[in-house]
Amino acid sequence: MTYLYIIIGAIFVNNFILAQFLGICPFLGVSKKTDSALGMGIAVIFVMGVASIITYAVNLLLVKWGVEYIQTIAFILVIAALVQLVEIVIKRFSPGLYNALGVYLPLITTNCAVLGVAIVNVTPSYGYNLIQAFLNGIFSGVGFTLAIVLMAGIREKLVHSDIPESFRGFPITLVAASIMSMAFTAFGGMI
Amino acid sequence: MKKRNNPNSKWSIVTSGIIKNNPTFRLVLGTCPTLALTTAAMNGIYMGLATTFVLVCSNVMISLLRNIIPDKVRIPAYVLIIATFVTVLDMVIEYALPDVYEILGLYLPLIVVNCIILARAEAFASCNTIGDSALDGLGMGIGFMLSLTLMGAIREVIGAGTIFGAAIGNLPEYSMSVIAMAPGGFLVYGLMMAAVNQISIRKRDKALREELRIEELKPIIIKEGK
Repeated sequence: MTYLYIIIGAIFVNNFILAQFLGICPFLGVSKKTDSALGMGIAVIFVMGVASIITYAVNLLLVKWGVEYIQTIAFILVIAALVQLVEIVIKRFSPGLYNALGVYLPLITTNCAVLGVAIVNVTPSYGYNLIQAFLNGIFSGVGFTLAIVLMAGIREKLVHSDIPESFRGFPITLVAASIMSMAFTAFGGMI
Repeated sequence: MKKRNNPNSKWSIVTSGIIKNNPTFRLVLGTCPTLALTTAAMNGIYMGLATTFVLVCSNVMISLLRNIIPDKVRIPAYVLIIATFVTVLDMVIEYALPDVYEILGLYLPLIVVNCIILARAEAFASCNTIGDSALDGLGMGIGFMLSLTLMGAIREVIGAGTIFGAAIGNLPEYSMSVIAMAPGGFLVYGLMMAAVNQISIRKRDKALREELRIEELKPIIIKEGK
């Protein structure tokens, strides 16, 4: 049952973008087309899932050695190395996927959603075990993908509407995000 | 006075970050803490100061090492330098100001991935002198802090009826708490950005009209001059 709570919580209730404001840069930057939004989303799900497991293990080591204070440095290094590794592996084994995801992969290093989920996973007050951390990582990524793809759908329609000049671009996107966020607050009663 | 108008003067490096290249409203960088922490004006000041500290320190350090860091590994090197300063700040705040540590929460370690800092490292500190880089960091940091504080003040007044924690008359009874919640963050940010855009559109149109007037007057002036 706790697993189900984590999954629903990560996708809807504590949606990374619309409720916790993590990963807003790619949300605003890569949400012009549904295809690229989906590509970015899948790349993020993948990196967040793998990063959740590795940072969880790294944190166990840090605690064992009594050097928890370098957590931030250790995590960001792990994530940067992981993203690089993923890029090399995908490039080597699946050029098609690389062409689709390639441009987004380097961006993920500075996506605060990935570091955010890594830090949340090891926060003592949550007390996640490895499987829960992994699920939280994967499904936070799914929540991110859901929000960014929905947003891209809205923006594809927005292109055709007559928007006042001062609202074009980011402002109208933020206003649309605000309405989406209001809709997502309704999920708050689910847990 | 004349020195201020010189585009290369030290002063203009600082003001550029505050107005012309304001990180929040013009460059649209560091949006996560902007949206998450502007529920109150005071939070904007805390976050702004924390980011300014990291910005100035990392800009100075990166500028100092700009000829030593190999080009290929520069991004990981920058991230490592930034992460070091964030860790220092994290430990200091946790020890000295536990209340502030509680408010900033997750967003304090996340300064590492604040795009303002990496963007300034890449765009400015990696190709400018130490002094200029420090000023650039200071200007960007102050610009970030002012925008966050302004936005925090607006959301605090509308969302809670208070300003810097002090109640304004009986406004708290009429507060709209949605503005202090997640949807309000997006809404206020969007509207403020539109307002900033409107100001710059006005300015541009005014300059355009002026230019047209000069174009229209030109033949007359030339005629009279003859």
